[in-house]
Amino acid sequence: MSQPSMSEALRGVVRRDLLLAMRRRSDVAMSVFFVVIVASLFPLGVGPEPAVLRMIASGVLWVTALLACLLSLGRLFTADYLDGVLEQTLLIPQPLAVLVVGKVFAHWVISGLPVVLLSPLLGLQFGLSGDSLGVLTLSLLLGTPTLSMIGAIGAALTLGLRGSGLLVALLVLPLFVPVLIFGAGAVTSSLAGIGSEANLSLLGACFLLSLAFAPWATAVALRIALE
Amino acid sequence: MGINWFKYSSPQAFHPLAGKMIPWFSAAALVLIGVGLYIGFFVAPTDFQQGDAYRIIFVHVPAAWMSMFLYVVMAAWAGLGLGLNARPSFMMTQAIAPTGAMFTFLALLTGSMWGKPTWGAWWVWDARLTSELILLFQYIGIILLRASIDDLRRADRASAVFALVGVVNVPIIYFSVRWWNTLHQGASVSMTESKMAATMVTAMLIMMLGFWMYSFAVTLARVRCVIAERERQPSWGKNASIQEVAEAR
Repeated sequence: MSQPSMSEALRGVVRRDLLLAMRRRSDVAMSVFFVVIVASLFPLGVGPEPAVLRMIASGVLWVTALLACLLSLGRLFTADYLDGVLEQTLLIPQPLAVLVVGKVFAHWVISGLPVVLLSPLLGLQFGLSGDSLGVLTLSLLLGTPTLSMIGAIGAALTLGLRGSGLLVALLVLPLFVPVLIFGAGAVTSSLAGIGSEANLSLLGACFLLSLAFAPWATAVALRIALE
Repeated sequence: MGINWFKYSSPQAFHPLAGKMIPWFSAAALVLIGVGLYIGFFVAPTDFQQGDAYRIIFVHVPAAWMSMFLYVVMAAWAGLGLGLNARPSFMMTQAIAPTGAMFTFLALLTGSMWGKPTWGAWWVWDARLTSELILLFQYIGIILLRASIDDLRRADRASAVFALVGVVNVPIIYFSVRWWNTLHQGASVSMTESKMAATMVTAMLIMMLGFWMYSFAVTLARVRCVIAERERQPSWGKNASIQEVAEAR
């Protein structure tokens, strides 16, 4: 029996996680509806003044996306941890960090991508238009994979602990702050007409940095958790 | 014959050594902080722009330095622990975290006490303040993560990984005043040139040394508690009777 190559293993992990998600579509739908509902609460709470809504739009939508990512982090490793698949995954000869990238990518497709696709619609609710809608979508497209990457570290560190849901929020939310600042900043600066390129570049830098380091940290954390 | 550097890397040897060092560091901390505060509050001249309100910096700046410095030291111990699989390093990580959190809180508190009369606001969302606040959250996260894992080995290693991940924040805090044009002023003290009167710099440096000594003393005291808690062996406690030792065996 020949050993599967690294890319084959990666593809296998992604395929399996997406397949599992497709078998339980309600899980995916939940995070989407969460975003829609939370984003709809703000105009009700703050008041329907269009100028105010346009001003807070980027912050509200970004925080909502961040919380949606956070809430779905529990699903990243827990099911595999409970049924023992994760232990088998550690034994796979391919580097664990690569497999982690696959799992994180699948997680992003399930929880991050729907939010990205939905964001123009939500932006319209808040009175954003034209350019800033595009920037909002682009910033979320660049930023949400970073959130999943960073979140994976927290999810692996708190795997199987009591109260892990709250703990992962406390660990991960401070680390999300740069992404939030640059992401919301991109939309705000495009609204102000000063161009969003700087913030978008910084978001891209954050993504590359997290892609380089987060999978290793997650792999180490997983090994610690399953030791 | 060289010195045996690793002698004190065993908790049993380190416990009594730490006990012997604590009084010295405590005394040095007391003297230095006393002298620093005296120079800062009575000798240093009044600032012509800010009046006497500026004197809080003699606590604020050293506390902020220590908050970042202690994080780096803690992360270094964490990395050493993960790399060498050394238990005493993890004990040091555990012992430093609360002191670092305390200094971070002190820096934020004194900063806002200074901000009210000078900027007219207790808090502004400026890059340095925000990143320092995140540092406080990181310290708290490390302490909480350790506290919520029952298995000691996993607690050590998981909080070490988290401490290392958080190191990215330290350069962000340090350079935030240079990277972003914000309300918090740039560094007032540097190695080459200083924008402050010599007495002020002296007071600040003495305060920092004092805080340093305080950190040594408190960390050593805490690491002694950690050692005593983890290696419950009455044989090297001071008042261990023969009976206790026998029972432990």
